[in-house]
Amino acid sequence: MIRFDNVSKEYRDNGNSITTALYDITLAVDQGEFVSIVGHSGAGKTTLLKMLLAEEAPSSGSVLFEDVDIHRLSLKEIPQLRRRIGTVFQDFKLLPNKTAYENIAFAMEAAGRSDEEIAADVPQALELVDLSDKIWNFPHQLSGGERQRVAIARAIINQPDLLIADEPTGNLDPVNTQDIIDVLRKINELGTTILLTTHNKGVIDTLGRRVITMEGGRIVRDDKHGRYVL
Amino acid sequence: MFTTIRRIIRSGFVSFWRNGVVSVASVLVMTVTLFTLGATIFLGALLHSSLEYLKEKVDVNIYFTTAATEDQIMNLKSALDTLPEVAATTYTSREQALEDFKTRHQNDYTTIQALDELDDNPLGASISVRAKETSQYENIAQYLEDHGMSGGTEGGIVDSINFYQNKTAIEKLNGIIDGMDKISFVVTIFLVVISVLITFNTVRLAIYTAREEIAIMRLVGADNIFIRGPFIVEGILYGLFAAFATLVAMYPVTKWLGDETERFFGTMNIHIYYMNNFGQILLIIGGAGIVLGVVSSFLAVRRYLRV
Repeated sequence: MIRFDNVSKEYRDNGNSITTALYDITLAVDQGEFVSIVGHSGAGKTTLLKMLLAEEAPSSGSVLFEDVDIHRLSLKEIPQLRRRIGTVFQDFKLLPNKTAYENIAFAMEAAGRSDEEIAADVPQALELVDLSDKIWNFPHQLSGGERQRVAIARAIINQPDLLIADEPTGNLDPVNTQDIIDVLRKINELGTTILLTTHNKGVIDTLGRRVITMEGGRIVRDDKHGRYVL
Repeated sequence: MFTTIRRIIRSGFVSFWRNGVVSVASVLVMTVTLFTLGATIFLGALLHSSLEYLKEKVDVNIYFTTAATEDQIMNLKSALDTLPEVAATTYTSREQALEDFKTRHQNDYTTIQALDELDDNPLGASISVRAKETSQYENIAQYLEDHGMSGGTEGGIVDSINFYQNKTAIEKLNGIIDGMDKISFVVTIFLVVISVLITFNTVRLAIYTAREEIAIMRLVGADNIFIRGPFIVEGILYGLFAAFATLVAMYPVTKWLGDETERFFGTMNIHIYYMNNFGQILLIIGGAGIVLGVVSSFLAVRRYLRV
């Protein structure tokens, strides 16, 4: 489903010195997998995810999503790619002036779904993340855990093929962290591929799924049933 | 397509309402811009009417000798009327001239008495000529000259043309009119450019605060029209509200200044001008508000849309 073929990423700073974020990454992820990517800050995890969203382009190599080279897509095709990938971030990235309902509805509107579908699906998604009673609350009226659940509901509302969760539990307490991981696991069981980055050892160890360990822009371990080893 | 447009419009209205403070600030700044634009409209109209008034005061008088017959004068008058430069000619007969003279000097007993001593009417007939443009008086005088009718010519019926006495004054007025036109044009452009820049900047700041939101919209797969649309709708709303505020504010301001302007310029009352040309002013102010809002939103969002 996802393939990184010899992907490198270099950044040129003002003094023209080159910083390398990724060295020759080759990696494949199959449909339905739950893959965790671990590593210290600056290991290259986020860069890897940004490439999947066409936010960053590789300096060399190619990134394929279902055999389509992401970085050959036209500007018009990129929104369509992004509608097939749900995203969840550490800082939630909710639209502050929209209610929980509207935040989720926005993703459906952007995908061109009908009003009837929106009216039917949004309450269901909020129910799935156990937020039926906060449907008309604005993000600033929600707790961190609740905001992240809204973000997850938004990420899955268009039934994406892939869900990217970049440190989704970074700002949450242990109880909320476990809730979020349970939701992600549920989503994965329904068939969505999940790419998760985290610093949380406990989360990785309880998941018992594939773990890719990165260090200094390289993949140093790739275990089928991994543990958090750093 | 219809659904998308409806959603964009609704979303624009909702964010205009929810970003209350930013919206009010933008509307206020835009109101100042539109008010400046309105002020330049009034200024232009005032200047124009004053100049027209002055121009009307300028004419050239052709004084005929007492020997000139009415036929000869009327021939010249119709010849002048066919000239493209001539706006109007007015004939004053010898008798009329005498009447006018008497009325003008009715309190000057000595002059009237002296006049009564004469057997014949000493005054000649005259034609007063108004040109369409003050710069054309020279051509008209030249025409009379070329046709051998000017003063001093033997057998000519024209005694004198006061163009040559008025020449300096006319040229000076021409210079002033040209200068005023240029200055008011430059001042208008200057004011409009400055206020447009201020509006652009305000809208840019308003959208700058939304740059995170634009990034989020892109991430969830919204395409450019869906991101940009609501901001443009907001821009239109800024423009409409600002135009409304401007038109409302202009009512008391012009009413207050109306009598003053009439007294000072002696030609026009801006309040009456405002009321008589309300439709046109509404279109200009409203149109300018909408265009300003749309263009500034469009340009401001473009910055954050690049992937």
